[in-house]
Amino acid sequence: MAKFFTKEHEWVEMAGGQATVGISEHAAHELGDITYVELPKIGRSVKQFDTLAGIESVKAASDIYAPISGKVVEVNQALDEAPELVNQGAEAQGWICKLEGVDEGELASLMDAETYGTYLRGL
Amino acid sequence: MGYCPNTPDDIREMLAVIGAGSVEELFSSIPADLRARSFDLPPGMSELELTRHMKEKAAACGADIVPFIGGGIYDHFIPAAVDHLASRAEFYTAYTPYQPECAQGTLQALYEYQSTICRLTGMEASNASLYDGGTAVAEAALMSLRITERHKVILDASVNPLHREIVSGYLHSLSAEAVQVEPKGCTSDLDRLMAFIDGETAAVIVQSPDFFGNVQDFRALAQKAHEHEALLIVSCYPIALGLVASPGEMGADIAVGEGQSLGNPVSFGGPYFGFIATRKRFIRNLPGRIVGETIDHQARRGFVLTLQAREQHIKRHKATSNICSNQSLCALRGLIFCAALGKKGFEELALLNYDKAQYAKSVLASVKGVDLLTGGATFNEFTLSLPWDASEVVQRILEKGVAAGVPLGRYYQGMEKALLVTVTEKRSKDEIDRLAVLLEEALWS
Amino acid sequence: MELIFEKSVSGRCGVRVPLSDVPKAPPLSEALRRQEPVRLPEVSELDLVRHYTNLSRRNFSVDTNFYPLGSCTMKYNSKVNEDVAALFAGCHPVLALLPGGESLVQGPLSLVHGLERQLAEITGMDEVTTQPLAGAHGEMTGIMVIAAYHKARGDNKRKYVIVPDSSHGTNPASAAMAGYEIVTVPTAPYGDMDLDLYRKAMNEEVAAVMLTCPNTLGLFNPHIAEICAIAHEAGALTYYDGANLNAILGKVRPGDVGFDVIHVNLHKTFSTPHGGGGPGSGPIGVRGDLVRYLPTPRVVRREDGSFAVEDHPEGIGRVSDFFGNFGIMARAYAYITMLGREGLIEVSEHAVLNANYMMARLKEEYELPFDQTCMHECVFSASRQVEHGVHAIDVAKYLVDRGFHPPTVYFPLNVKEAIMIEPTETESRQTMDAFIEVMLEAARLARENPERLQEAPVTTPVGRLDETRAARAQQVCCE
Repeated sequence: MAKFFTKEHEWVEMAGGQATVGISEHAAHELGDITYVELPKIGRSVKQFDTLAGIESVKAASDIYAPISGKVVEVNQALDEAPELVNQGAEAQGWICKLEGVDEGELASLMDAETYGTYLRGL
Repeated sequence: MGYCPNTPDDIREMLAVIGAGSVEELFSSIPADLRARSFDLPPGMSELELTRHMKEKAAACGADIVPFIGGGIYDHFIPAAVDHLASRAEFYTAYTPYQPECAQGTLQALYEYQSTICRLTGMEASNASLYDGGTAVAEAALMSLRITERHKVILDASVNPLHREIVSGYLHSLSAEAVQVEPKGCTSDLDRLMAFIDGETAAVIVQSPDFFGNVQDFRALAQKAHEHEALLIVSCYPIALGLVASPGEMGADIAVGEGQSLGNPVSFGGPYFGFIATRKRFIRNLPGRIVGETIDHQARRGFVLTLQAREQHIKRHKATSNICSNQSLCALRGLIFCAALGKKGFEELALLNYDKAQYAKSVLASVKGVDLLTGGATFNEFTLSLPWDASEVVQRILEKGVAAGVPLGRYYQGMEKALLVTVTEKRSKDEIDRLAVLLEEALWS
Repeated sequence: MELIFEKSVSGRCGVRVPLSDVPKAPPLSEALRRQEPVRLPEVSELDLVRHYTNLSRRNFSVDTNFYPLGSCTMKYNSKVNEDVAALFAGCHPVLALLPGGESLVQGPLSLVHGLERQLAEITGMDEVTTQPLAGAHGEMTGIMVIAAYHKARGDNKRKYVIVPDSSHGTNPASAAMAGYEIVTVPTAPYGDMDLDLYRKAMNEEVAAVMLTCPNTLGLFNPHIAEICAIAHEAGALTYYDGANLNAILGKVRPGDVGFDVIHVNLHKTFSTPHGGGGPGSGPIGVRGDLVRYLPTPRVVRREDGSFAVEDHPEGIGRVSDFFGNFGIMARAYAYITMLGREGLIEVSEHAVLNANYMMARLKEEYELPFDQTCMHECVFSASRQVEHGVHAIDVAKYLVDRGFHPPTVYFPLNVKEAIMIEPTETESRQTMDAFIEVMLEAARLARENPERLQEAPVTTPVGRLDETRAARAQQVCCE
């Protein structure tokens, strides 16, 4: 299934009832060299657009908001040792976490890849 | 004094470049109704007059009193090299090393300082200093709240009372709770402390040597805390660490303390420095600046401020602390002090403190009517019980030029007769013997 | 350069510890004893002296280099202040707390009290406490005082503190540590906090607004009285961040304008050396009805003229162990006393003159986002240089090669590629001219030879350092 994006540059992708969440390649590029990803605790429930995780580069720190409501069931543990994975593939191996129990209806409030692309050009 | 160097000619020419008619014109953006209504200060002084004025004040500062007082601040010998090296203007007139290429002196020194604190405390990661001992304990408490996401700390009441007041104030602001556990006589009540630890506890905070002078074993306490996923915070006296098991050896998760005793003069309350060190896994929760090692493009080793994304200038209200300026120069003094004494000297210094205090303990406890309240192991402080109010006795001895100790009634209810005595390496056998005589006189003549 | 630990040779010793004149005591039990000696370096005194002397030479400092670091007020620190502060080195603070001890420490107590009175007059506040140990510590103490004030009035609904987006990071961080949530108000195109948005943000749930004036752009905000009035109307209090007080000494007093609480950075305005990052000192001043909430203890003057230490039971409690960073306070007291009324007025006048001179001479080459008379500092942008691939950081590093400490760069955040220059009053026109020449040269190089700037610094012991590597490796102490 396709990715959906938020205005705050998170993405979410549904597969088998699970939502995989990360930040967009644009966001990763803007942050520069990522030095740390603060992963959420497994089992935590979040509402759409609540703070979900944190991400740091040398000179900046940003919150990552939940693009969709749900319960954290898995985190990308590899980022603990290798935060640079986000720079190498923010929308692939640099994913942040997976959520379950999501309401796919919330995807309607997000942008598809094409709309997000237009949004970025307008920034 | 000619403090501002520009001459009238300079000023005239500068104003011409600016295109202003007068210096006053540069202040014209300030509305008239906002101007100062008063600025009633005396005229200035020459350097000579100032020196005389300050010498008059310094003449009345009790510097000739022989101190058997401590209670957190200690009169230790400071090698001359400490003053001379820390007085190099390249150190003391620099600022925070935000431009690392022209601040390698400060940065490397702070890295060495952090390494020294880790070695002293048996920890893995230290920051580049905090304000003082009390605020360091408070910052450690806040750190434990962040790590555990809990809202309660257990505070042993044999921790320095001034520090406890600061901790309580900091926690109160955040609607977190500090449960104080009263000591049993003049010793921490370790059993009660353990009984208080539960699944809501962020940390238990203890001190060694404690405010009464006891050196304690916290291993069982650490284990109990860890069973409940709570942290153990140990406040320690760095000179004692030359002899006493470190917080790391005891199982502590955070070690803090007042660093004054490492090469900083007592100086009427400051400036000193607080230190804080922890396990590597908690490094991101440390408050304040941290120096890290790295390399430049030619692979030359260098040092930079690192993990800055925790700090207020980037993370603002979500920072791990509001601290910006720290006590860098005092930390530098601490580092030079430790390096001057070295591995052997530091241990010898601790032993000397220990031996002198043990001697004083035996001499003073044999004065008629005087008992020892700290019967177990101590380092260079111990608590005596006097036959009557310790305040009166201290006042009488103070008139003879000796500060006999700190009366504890001020800090602990029902301890009006208790006296905390401190004996550093600077106190001679003669001074200790004289204190015994003065104590006997004050009590019985 | 090697670490001091790497110079260690087993068995070598620096300072000799005196022999004991008392009998050897029985040792501590095994469980309480340290298992092995602390692994401190083993070096001779000469090794030690050379190591730290050579390390010191790897620093730029006010005494060796012009240091126009904006927002930090890196003025010259008179040598006499060092000497007079050292006179009190042997005074034990616990003496003041002993029965009969106050009379022995009248000198330092009179100094604490005297400095508090000087600062009260300078800022227009009623009372001052010198307890806070740095500016941020003062901010937190000040906001705790404000919290105590609201609480004592039974006003428990206030949970927000307003700060402008251009504020120092310490403002929101300090308010958060004092238990408040933060509301950030954006900067308007005219360079100050947007007044309309501020008005909208202010309500009876706001405890205080924190403001720096002159602001972080070095501009005097002409609306400060109005900002204070709007806050007071809603029952909120006003906090003045005194970081930029150097600009207005003798000209404006925050207390006269309507501020309720203020902190002062003694290490900025009052010439105490910055120590490589501290110690500082951050006394706070408050107006009359907030005095009761100041932290304990207070140093008071009795009717007979003597000084005493008193508990302050209604206050917010204790924020530091004793009376503040006394050694720093002694330097500031000496500075204020030596300069006196006229000398302090001269400070702000020359600080503002120097900053405007710098601005006038550099604005041909560097973009000046707010082209108006500045106060003690001016903020440029390297936006024109960016067109040639040269950023503010490159200009900064080139200045290092030419022997000048760079200005503050990338702050304030509301100016892209910010270069913030604060010359201070103690620099001469000749020093500034030399700096200006190098700045102009950098602008020329940006057009003609940008690589020279991008590769700077080349004269320092190390080149640009890999900060990403440092943050990922987290190597913060040696093995």
